[in-house]
Amino acid sequence: MQNLYAIYRKELAHYFVSPVAYILIGVFLIVAGFFFNIILASAIQSAFSAEMQSMRFGAPADFDVPGAVLRSFLGLMSTLVLFISPLLAMGVYAEERKRGTIELLMTSPITDAEIVLGKFLASLTLYAIMILPTAILLAFMNFRSEPHLPWRMLLIGYAGILLLGGSLLALGSLISSFTENQLIAGVLTFAVSLVIWVIDAGRRAEGWKGDLFGYLSLVRHYDDFTRGVVDTSALIYYCSFIFLCMFLTVRSLESMRWRHA
Amino acid sequence: MIEVQDLTKTFGERTAVDHISFAVNKGEILGFLGPNGAGKTTTMRMLTSFMPATSGTARIAGFDVFDNSLEVRRHIGYLPENPPVYPDMTVESYLDFVARIKGVSAEKRAQRVTDALEKTNITDKRDELIKRLSRGYKQRVGLAQALVHDPDVIILDEPTVGLDPKQIIEVRHLIKNLAGSHTIVLSTHILPEVSMTCDRVVIINKGKIAAVDTPQNLTSQLKGGQRIRVEVQASEQPLREVLAQIPGASRVQIEAAPLTGHVLATIEAAEGKDIRSAIAARIVEKGWPLFELKGVSLSLEDIFLELTTDDAAHAQPSAKSE
Repeated sequence: MQNLYAIYRKELAHYFVSPVAYILIGVFLIVAGFFFNIILASAIQSAFSAEMQSMRFGAPADFDVPGAVLRSFLGLMSTLVLFISPLLAMGVYAEERKRGTIELLMTSPITDAEIVLGKFLASLTLYAIMILPTAILLAFMNFRSEPHLPWRMLLIGYAGILLLGGSLLALGSLISSFTENQLIAGVLTFAVSLVIWVIDAGRRAEGWKGDLFGYLSLVRHYDDFTRGVVDTSALIYYCSFIFLCMFLTVRSLESMRWRHA
Repeated sequence: MIEVQDLTKTFGERTAVDHISFAVNKGEILGFLGPNGAGKTTTMRMLTSFMPATSGTARIAGFDVFDNSLEVRRHIGYLPENPPVYPDMTVESYLDFVARIKGVSAEKRAQRVTDALEKTNITDKRDELIKRLSRGYKQRVGLAQALVHDPDVIILDEPTVGLDPKQIIEVRHLIKNLAGSHTIVLSTHILPEVSMTCDRVVIINKGKIAAVDTPQNLTSQLKGGQRIRVEVQASEQPLREVLAQIPGASRVQIEAAPLTGHVLATIEAAEGKDIRSAIAARIVEKGWPLFELKGVSLSLEDIFLELTTDDAAHAQPSAKSE
């Protein structure tokens, strides 16, 4: 446990001693805020026109502004995460390999699993620090709206974005452990993430293939969370995805011991 | 403290370390000497359990490096060829991190870090970012890292590489001071380093051990054997016959001298015999013009070269005669 914490601490400090973390967080928040503004404005616009229509035809309008904003905003965030997670994860092992510090870690009395878990938790923490301020935007909106969204929906939405990001970070770390080159790790992570992303399109295929593609897709499981639904299969999907990536990372470190010339 | 038995490492077709065996006693400094690519780093990586051996065993403080890897790692400090430092950390926070992952308890940590800083003489740099340090200081931070948890065994891969002469002397001094309370294995391709710091030397070449002994013994093994070099204008075969007949001459090596067309003969004399006058007398007697005759004392360098370069021997297969 002490070892895990030591790795975690070092790793998190590493993000914050260089400007990388600040730049990533800053850029992410600016972009997210900008799009939140657009999404909110267009939702209010739609609400107005729905109301006008209802006045003309007499039927009561039911336009759920906070719900619509929440869903589109979480959708937007998932897209941003696709771009940001390779940047967060690409250096995790590649940099250690390049600098030779991996040799220090691997000759210290800590297990490979502790290294992998500590690093993963640190990148997840940084990711959470990046994501959480956006909750202020939604919370602000929810306070001002009538009726409120249930707060539960916000929580579930953020749980979804954490799980999605966690999966992409675990994948990115795994790929980072394959190479000494950060750039290669980043580009490959982005490519692989994109494939798992768009595999969703394949679910329209016939029969079992459609089911399979649908199940494998990262975004499809995320959709449930944006609607405020916690689906057990989605939870299992993300947790096993993260676990599998971390397990393979441990294996990858192990194989490095055998290969290293 | 360290026992190595038939340790072997192959990378695909290539055998990097070939059945080496040796032992290191507690408090001893063992030098690992060999040309680049001889298998020094690979051996050290196996000792530190960074990589598993293909076959054979190594035990450190009684623990097998493969079966009890974590226990072994608790007992060693390791400085790889390039100091494994994080450039964005300060010296002190880096050493604190290393102390943590080496399992130093919270109460002792600050003290151990201070000790390591003092031993390696970098206390005044404790708050500096490692990336701002010069190569020599980085190397010292690397050394501090290897001893911050006060390990029984310290393994240093080329600890003085890249340092200026003053720093080299300091580091050697430091290593000597560490011996006794720590068992030290260091690798180098610099010969004087070995004779200055090490109690025993393992000479390794192409993955095989060529010799294990104290530097003094290795030197004296051939020291009594004084070496004499003569430059003569003569043809090889008769010269060899003449020289070999001189009483006390043991080994005669002959090669063509560059440019002049003369031949250079190297004669090894048995211990305690000065055969220079005999050589001169015989050559003059034969009427061969003698250009030079000098004694060459054998150093560790010669032993090393003799043990590690077989290219020269292959080039003149006929040159050796007893």
